[in-house]
Amino acid sequence: MRIAIVGFGSVGRGVAKVLIEKRSYLRNLIGDYRVVAVTDSKGGVYDENGLDLRKVLEIKRRKGSLPEEITSIEVVRDLDFDVCIEVTPTNVESGEPGLTHIRECLKRGIDVVTSNKGPLVVAFRELMDLAEKNDARLMFEATVGGAMPVIKLAKVDLAGNEIISVKGILNGTCNYILSRMEKELLPYEMILEEAKELGIAERDPTYDVEGIDAGAKLVIIANALMGLNAKFEDVERVGISDLTPEAFKVALENGYTIRLIAEANREYLRVSPRLIPLNHPLAIYGTLNALEIETDLAGEVFVIGKGAGSVETASAIISDLICLKSLRCS
Amino acid sequence: MINLTMVVELEDKPGQLIKVLEPISKLGGNVVSVTHRRDEVTPLGRIPVRIAVQIDESKMDRLLREIEGRGIIVRSFNRVRHAVATSLLLIGHIIHTDLRETVDAIDKTGFAEVVEMRIVMPELNKPSTAFIKVSAVNEEKLKESVEILKGVCKSKGIKVIEPL
Ligand SMILES: NC(=O)c1ccc[n+]([C@@H]2O[C@H](COP(=O)([O-])OP(=O)(O)OC[C@H]3O[C@@H](n4cnc5c(N)ncnc54)[C@H](OP(=O)(O)O)[C@@H]3O)[C@@H](O)[C@H]2O)c1
Repeated sequence: MRIAIVGFGSVGRGVAKVLIEKRSYLRNLIGDYRVVAVTDSKGGVYDENGLDLRKVLEIKRRKGSLPEEITSIEVVRDLDFDVCIEVTPTNVESGEPGLTHIRECLKRGIDVVTSNKGPLVVAFRELMDLAEKNDARLMFEATVGGAMPVIKLAKVDLAGNEIISVKGILNGTCNYILSRMEKELLPYEMILEEAKELGIAERDPTYDVEGIDAGAKLVIIANALMGLNAKFEDVERVGISDLTPEAFKVALENGYTIRLIAEANREYLRVSPRLIPLNHPLAIYGTLNALEIETDLAGEVFVIGKGAGSVETASAIISDLICLKSLRCS
Repeated sequence: MINLTMVVELEDKPGQLIKVLEPISKLGGNVVSVTHRRDEVTPLGRIPVRIAVQIDESKMDRLLREIEGRGIIVRSFNRVRHAVATSLLLIGHIIHTDLRETVDAIDKTGFAEVVEMRIVMPELNKPSTAFIKVSAVNEEKLKESVEILKGVCKSKGIKVIEPL
């Protein structure tokens, strides 16, 4: 298997580390593999006989950018390889640059594994159709719950079930802020500052706290698992920035807490703060993600796990990669 | 459909309960639960039995007549107005008049009412929080009343936190 890694940030480097460290283990599952290209926003390196990933990681660490031997576009348009790991930044409006990368690969019959929500939110059906037409596969476990299994859990392990609804916590940053507000009864702004200092929230936290990230994941889940054709605009979205310590206090006195819940069913897609009974499995703490999947045969299935992180997200990408090679997943 | 609870006094011998259940099913009602209160036997040795029933509103009076017509003592017969309830949190500049209007919007529906309300006002000019409990005759009406509440709150710029 010849692999190209497009995007070499937190997730791309996490994947590279796993591919190095678990080589002999993974070889048993996917056969011999080599990474023939790695790119970032500035440039990229390639070697048809396989790059030394340790060296590539070292260059990226020392110089911040990869040398300008090849661009991402050249990789996806011209280079010969089997699987593209597309891990560039998410843009839920245009889907770019990932959308172009994924389209180009699928057109050429190259399989794609991605953690990038943008292209799937913007063009889910188009990309799935393109993949099918060209006998390629597009895998995207890492887009929705980080390390927490959702897509393959529903499609493979719950095969034969109809997914009636999903409800869950799909953004670890919000969940961290809300669980701290619950415990400390401090204002939102203070807890947000704390989260920024810990590196849990971005300097501009809009994407997380306004429910954009959770909404994007919800659209992907609804389309992939419930057969909907939802767009990002279809998500009713309310963020967490208006929540007050008093709200938590009153909720707690009545046996509830508040969490940002993403919910999809046949009637609506919604991301909003909701009252959760304190003993409900969705009343989780810290940066965890969780999802309750309601099915027709299996009833309710509940998953909980890490929703982000370099190696954690790589876990979902690696599992997709193995899936590409296995009959069970096809 | 409405919800009823009744307590009937049955003699402690076989074939008594059926006298109550028969008219319920004849009138298209559903028996939700039956509990015998054996520890509350009456001085005349009868056993109080509590029966919860769902039945069409128009058949309510006839049901009572039919049961009594079979010689059964009906100790109580009540319509349960509100079978389902939900709690919500309102956050915003909720002032007194707003609150009355908001509560009225629910109460005047006839199928739902605000049964509990707690309001916390922090410092001046900061948003206050209200915890309110709404009950309604059934799930569908409850949903409808939550939608009404959301509409009123939206027009007043009050944020509603719904339950899961
Ligand atoms: N981090 C997580 O825990 C996590 C979890 C789930 C999903 N995701 C998703 O996974 C993707 C990657 O996340 P990340 O945390 O690794 O982001 P990141 O650290 O910001 O890395 C993004 C990488 O993409 C590169 N890039 C930008 N434009 C490019 C282009 N046109 N061609 C090639 N490379 C380009 C960047 O280059 P430079 O290095 O030159 O800036 C960087 O290496 C995102 O879509 C994110 O939403 C992340």
